[in-house]
Amino acid sequence: MEKIMKKNPLYFCLFLLPTLLAFMIGFVIPFGMGIYLSFCKFNTMKDTKWVGISNYVQIFQGDDAFGHAFWFTALFAVISTAAINVIAFMVAVLLTKNFGGTNFFRTIFFMPNLLGGVLLGTIWKILFNGILVSMKQTLTSNATYGFVGLLILMIWQQVGYMMIIYVAGLQGVPDDLKEAARIDGANDKQILFQITIPLVMPSISMCTFLSITNGFKLFDQNLTLTGGEPMHNTEMLALNIYNTFYSRVGYKGVGQAKAVIFFLLVGLIAIIQLRFTQSKEAD
Amino acid sequence: MKKRLALILASAMLVSSAVCSLASCSGNGGSDAKGHVYYLNFKPEQDAQWQDLAAKYTEETGIQVDVLTAAQGTYETTLASEIAKTDAPTLFQVNGPVGLANWKDYCYDLTGSDIAGELTSDSFALKADGKTYGIGYVIETYGIIVNTKLLADSGHSLDEITNFETLKTVVEDITARKKELGFSAFTNASLKEGEWWRMQTHLANLPVYYEYKADGIGSTDAIKGTYLENYKNIFDLYINNATCDPAIVDSKTVGDATQEFADGQAVFYQNGTWAYNDIKDLGDENLQMIPIYTGVEGEEKQALCTGCENYWCVNANAAEEDVQATLDFLKWVVTSDAGTTSLADEMAFVSPFKSAKESSNPFVKQANDYIAAGKVPVDWTFTTMPSEQWKNDLGAALAAYCRKQNDTTWGAVQEAFVDGWAKEVQAAKEATAE
Repeated sequence: MEKIMKKNPLYFCLFLLPTLLAFMIGFVIPFGMGIYLSFCKFNTMKDTKWVGISNYVQIFQGDDAFGHAFWFTALFAVISTAAINVIAFMVAVLLTKNFGGTNFFRTIFFMPNLLGGVLLGTIWKILFNGILVSMKQTLTSNATYGFVGLLILMIWQQVGYMMIIYVAGLQGVPDDLKEAARIDGANDKQILFQITIPLVMPSISMCTFLSITNGFKLFDQNLTLTGGEPMHNTEMLALNIYNTFYSRVGYKGVGQAKAVIFFLLVGLIAIIQLRFTQSKEAD
Repeated sequence: MKKRLALILASAMLVSSAVCSLASCSGNGGSDAKGHVYYLNFKPEQDAQWQDLAAKYTEETGIQVDVLTAAQGTYETTLASEIAKTDAPTLFQVNGPVGLANWKDYCYDLTGSDIAGELTSDSFALKADGKTYGIGYVIETYGIIVNTKLLADSGHSLDEITNFETLKTVVEDITARKKELGFSAFTNASLKEGEWWRMQTHLANLPVYYEYKADGIGSTDAIKGTYLENYKNIFDLYINNATCDPAIVDSKTVGDATQEFADGQAVFYQNGTWAYNDIKDLGDENLQMIPIYTGVEGEEKQALCTGCENYWCVNANAAEEDVQATLDFLKWVVTSDAGTTSLADEMAFVSPFKSAKESSNPFVKQANDYIAAGKVPVDWTFTTMPSEQWKNDLGAALAAYCRKQNDTTWGAVQEAFVDGWAKEVQAAKEATAE
């Protein structure tokens, strides 16, 4: 098959075209339009007016909320990535040991992932408020509550998903390697850090990539859990963009420009992170 | 290989853009000679009634009328995406002058149209640059709704309440005996994010209204906040005499407040004519809407807050026959028997049209009684509030004030109100400057 494809470019095109078309319509074209719109003043996609970089200038001239949202989001992404991956890895190690019911527990841990973010935010808000009300406080009483609340919610939701990836990675570590190490006198800790972790490094890069980008892109949970309250103090980047887009007349272009900056930021951070973890992967 | 790939990519792009342009730019055909109407409705409560009315009109005239209702709180978003389509709404609505600024380019000039002629007063037309762009179609009223049965149970009557001082006396007496009575004075003030409108729009209307009145203006670029002390009076009364502790009111929704009132947990509840359906089980004889007193001099003569923030606009970019069909439809809605009956009885609207029927809503009658007694209704000035951002910043500041009531947090409310106003006006000006 491969040979036929290589010999005859027509086939190559034919098979590639549907996916390419879908990719163009669903991603490349809207993306291009999005970048174009960030340089425009517009209300709908039909009446755009080119304004150059003025949208970008406006963001960097005293939009404090955007700056705050960036640091809040960055802090959240870092802490949540660390917490999610450590916990998910520990759970995965536990659930690859030989004892009964591992499949049952894997299912249970994975389940929160099947629920949507809006629903989760709403449910957890009721839970948190139910507890906090006894102290005459609410989740939006101060920004720390909101931050911790978001963290708990995200850990609860994401651990199961990352765990599945780690379980698959752990099962790929050959037993004979561990056995050989044990015969050579390595203890459990040494086996974990010298054998297992280097060998599941591809899973770790995958999971950290997913959780750090998820952390940066977080929107639904942020919207429903705190809505950015109190006073925009728990507003993350995606929510800030959304609010910019809709809360003032004539600010759609600014919101769009923020979205482009957001894309560059997340892309850059993800690339750095991937480079870093991939450099640690064993051959 | 690379060259070939580039070639493929380029050709794929060409093909896909061709497909794209074919799909989006060839949509002029299709509408028949008689035109058709597409109404993007704002009020979810009245969706079914509009659908019925549209079907009736289609039956009578053969002209197709589509009604789409945007989900609560998503009207601007829906409108922005719908109006960019080939098959755009021919009839939509804006919420007063600030909303109009966003959509003016899409609004058909209704000056001299039949529908504009049906208005009982020119003041219900939304104008800019000397042209009529919007037609107010529903007049609404809000105030403090009182459960008179509970009020009587507490040993008070409405006759006692004529201004802020007397209201405060009654309210604080109820709060003092809250345990014994088993109910509170006010419902919660619903300050969960996104549920702020009763406080940051409707209640905030009063200080704005009085300032405009004192200065003899109808809008301003810089509010002074002369009557903020009065705003604080009534807001403090609301939150400190409510069903819940002020510290947790930022977890409460408007729905929670409505439920508390309907369940008889509170005597007073600030809301408007539109809330009637949710609380009518208490019985018309037990419901009375009273003015929102804030301690302004001469407020004994103040009536309820009555105004309009829903204006119909016709899409100027629609095909000519569609515009005509829409104008005909509107005329039919406000003059025909079927239309006026639906507006008044089924949708329970008070409409400012010459042939409008009387609404069955008791609060409407009460609003008229106040006016008949020589009192002066409070205009809706919140349509001149500079932006959604302004309202939201004020709402957030109010919620923060509830968490901790002191001079600093109230200072933040004042700052959101006064400085925020100037800032938002400036931002809007920059955004709309050419």
